[in-house]
Amino acid sequence: MSNDQQRSTFTLDGRRIPFTPGQTIMDAALAAGVYIPHLCHKPGYAPHGSCRVCVVRADGRELSACTAPAAADMSVESEVADIRALRVAVLQMLFAEGNHVCPACEASGNCTLQAVAYHCGMLTPRFPQRFPRRAVDASHPDVILDHNRCILCELCVRASRDHDGKRVFAVSGRGITSKLIVDAPSGRLGDTDFSAEDAAAHVCPVGAILPRDEAFRVPIGQRRFDLAPVSRVGDVALDPDAEVLAADAESEVLA
Amino acid sequence: MSGASGLAAEHGGAHADPARIERVLRGSLAALGRGPDTVLQHLIAQQQVFSHVPDAAIGRLVEELGVTRAQILAAVDFYAFLHLTPRGRFDILVSDNITDRMLGNAALMTQLCDALGVRAGEPRADGRVSLDYTSCTGMCDQGPAALVNGLALTRLDAARIREIAALVEADTPLAHWPKRFFAVSNNVHRSGLLLGDLETREAGLAALFARGGPAVLAEVERAGLRGRGGAGFTTALKWRFCREAPSENGHADKVIVCNADEGEPGTFKDRVLLSAYADLVFEGMTLAAGVVGAKTGFLYLRGEYRYLLDHLEAVLARRRAQGLLGTGIGAGEGPGGGFDFDIHIHLGAGAYICGEESALIESLEGKRGITRKRPPFPVTEGYLDRPTVVNNVETFLGAARIAEHGGYWFRSEGTDRSAGSKILSVSGDCARPGIYEVPFGTPVADVLADCGAEDTQSVQVSGAAGVTLTPDEFHRLLAFEDLPTAGSFMVFDHSRDLLDMVRNFAGFFAHESCGFCTPCRVGGRLVLDLVDKVAAGAAGRHDLDELRDIAQVMRRASHCGLGHTAANHVLNTLDKFPHIYRDRLRMSDYTPSFDLDAALAEARALAHRDDAEAHLAADA
Repeated sequence: MSNDQQRSTFTLDGRRIPFTPGQTIMDAALAAGVYIPHLCHKPGYAPHGSCRVCVVRADGRELSACTAPAAADMSVESEVADIRALRVAVLQMLFAEGNHVCPACEASGNCTLQAVAYHCGMLTPRFPQRFPRRAVDASHPDVILDHNRCILCELCVRASRDHDGKRVFAVSGRGITSKLIVDAPSGRLGDTDFSAEDAAAHVCPVGAILPRDEAFRVPIGQRRFDLAPVSRVGDVALDPDAEVLAADAESEVLA
Repeated sequence: MSGASGLAAEHGGAHADPARIERVLRGSLAALGRGPDTVLQHLIAQQQVFSHVPDAAIGRLVEELGVTRAQILAAVDFYAFLHLTPRGRFDILVSDNITDRMLGNAALMTQLCDALGVRAGEPRADGRVSLDYTSCTGMCDQGPAALVNGLALTRLDAARIREIAALVEADTPLAHWPKRFFAVSNNVHRSGLLLGDLETREAGLAALFARGGPAVLAEVERAGLRGRGGAGFTTALKWRFCREAPSENGHADKVIVCNADEGEPGTFKDRVLLSAYADLVFEGMTLAAGVVGAKTGFLYLRGEYRYLLDHLEAVLARRRAQGLLGTGIGAGEGPGGGFDFDIHIHLGAGAYICGEESALIESLEGKRGITRKRPPFPVTEGYLDRPTVVNNVETFLGAARIAEHGGYWFRSEGTDRSAGSKILSVSGDCARPGIYEVPFGTPVADVLADCGAEDTQSVQVSGAAGVTLTPDEFHRLLAFEDLPTAGSFMVFDHSRDLLDMVRNFAGFFAHESCGFCTPCRVGGRLVLDLVDKVAAGAAGRHDLDELRDIAQVMRRASHCGLGHTAANHVLNTLDKFPHIYRDRLRMSDYTPSFDLDAALAEARALAHRDDAEAHLAADA
């Protein structure tokens, strides 16, 4: 099928979404300006499928929208009650697994985990907090690595490997003891060639990789997700009907 | 590629001085090469000699293989049999499947710990010995079982534990331990289509040479052979997809992988097939290579079966000498002859997830065993992105006999949708645990009668990830259309508390989750904590609702089959054996997740109060 022909479509919660062969459900939805909640996915990065927040039901099968290829006339359910409940449970697992203290976190308002939880209607924690003892790596002059907030999305692993050509990060271990590690004999970020200019320094969806000296430059209340919900500015194509929000989104995309 | 085998003879726990590390590294580099995909095999070689992967070896591997230090650390940390700090010179791992527990492995562990003055998980101060538990080692028909420096120990009892402790204290090399300690029986109690005929005739290969790949593929298709690893994908279809998959250099770069990573608790049939029928398995792999046009083959052997390595390498060497592997196989013997193919053995290192075909491929490439997203499927992009067929040991064996006898011969047994026979690994509460080959479509009750099971409370079909049956279901049929099974068949009589099984499986899955996706990584641990809470008598009804809900989240939202099935046992037992939970609830109604009154102890101490008003009423 050539691109000149009429594009195929599938339906997402009743809306027709056009797609080109090879696009995932997520790619096509975001390009069409329709948001599907996600954490480990980022346009321009290899699909990963680990966070499972983008779970949808496609023709009756539950799968991750970021890895599932779109297919013609497929019927995809996303913002329906039982899928939303599934997402909330997955988010509650992430909140219980790490040490996520939104009121005390300098990423609050810029944190995709927080924003997605709001979007999905997660009102409370649910599972017993694991309170893992994790380190803060402050060895790098320009960037702090706080393992307490890491959700193992591997965006920094992919950014460093695929965009920066450095392979600074890897995920080690298995199961609940999985952890992000740094490629240096000391295991410290300051002993790598990691730089604040790296894509990996700006890709973290939570507050695990944070530039120094920027903590409260933008006050809480004026931050990315304070101004617009993640469903507007979370990687979705700009909505021409919402000009103010679109401008915000653009500046964030470029940041 | 026989370096790993040669090193196996060397005793664990050698002193890790730089010269020795270098010597071991030189040996494995010579045997395995310098490809980044060989890193896991190099690490296993170091572990086997030094009882850990010395830091100096990691530095050298970074130099030699062009991988990062972080990648190596990630792999060492992922595989249960690799360590960064030394284990004991005798590193003993006690198999901890539920069947081992039913045979009393915990008492034997305590006895061995006491005798050696060592605690599980911590090497003894003098570095002589370390003890720990490990996931099922595939000896459930002759347990309790263990591994010592990777070699299988069977039929442990109190007397044998005493002898083992004495041998360790005397620093007796493993080569001088009594041979009977390492004896592994095949225990084949019922043979059928496949096991009834041991003879190696290479008749399947002869058919390939004479009739060509398409004709053999047609026979496999006619046979209706489906994958024996549990999922049941049609074998001929897999081979056809791979055969038709485009590859840049003609057919040269396609790959055949035999999945001998049978880690499903309660499964041990592949152990027997590789012990007694290795030629047929390799013949099946060679057939597949001829059909799809592959030059490279791998046998991915689970680390627990390291003791089979020398035997398997010997069989491969003989087959090479016979011209059944190597270049020009069957040249001049017909249109299907004259192709190149060889088989290399890769060892696993203690990771259940590597039995999943895409995780196995990641492991073959030297990485952590994380399942890939699909599509693409391995038949188009597998090992090093080449078209790859991954089949179970039993599937290759079946294919070899089908090529010899024809598809209709195989179809003479089984059902319409489940042709042929299934080789079962029977263990647990029965008089004759072992291997039973039955026609597909056999009722569970027939197997129970055959193996001498009495007063049976439950059967766990297809392992920890399978289905828990009540006696009302023993009429059900072992077949893809009713009870699909990879062969594990664990029997529990009425003396057993099935919550022990649930705890064992929950612990197994929490340990074996690869950690990639949220539902399995976190959910698996939450399930284990809740099951332990039930067992401790501290759970309320809300906890059971949570247990069910978390299990559903894992089943629905996980990334791969491990997560999808890891909580089956919880859902099954909640539905079918609710009393094992209900009888232990602290209250029939909602119960807080912790002891509220106890949590106020610190506040009472600070306020210097301990009167009745400072306590929550018991019924609050």
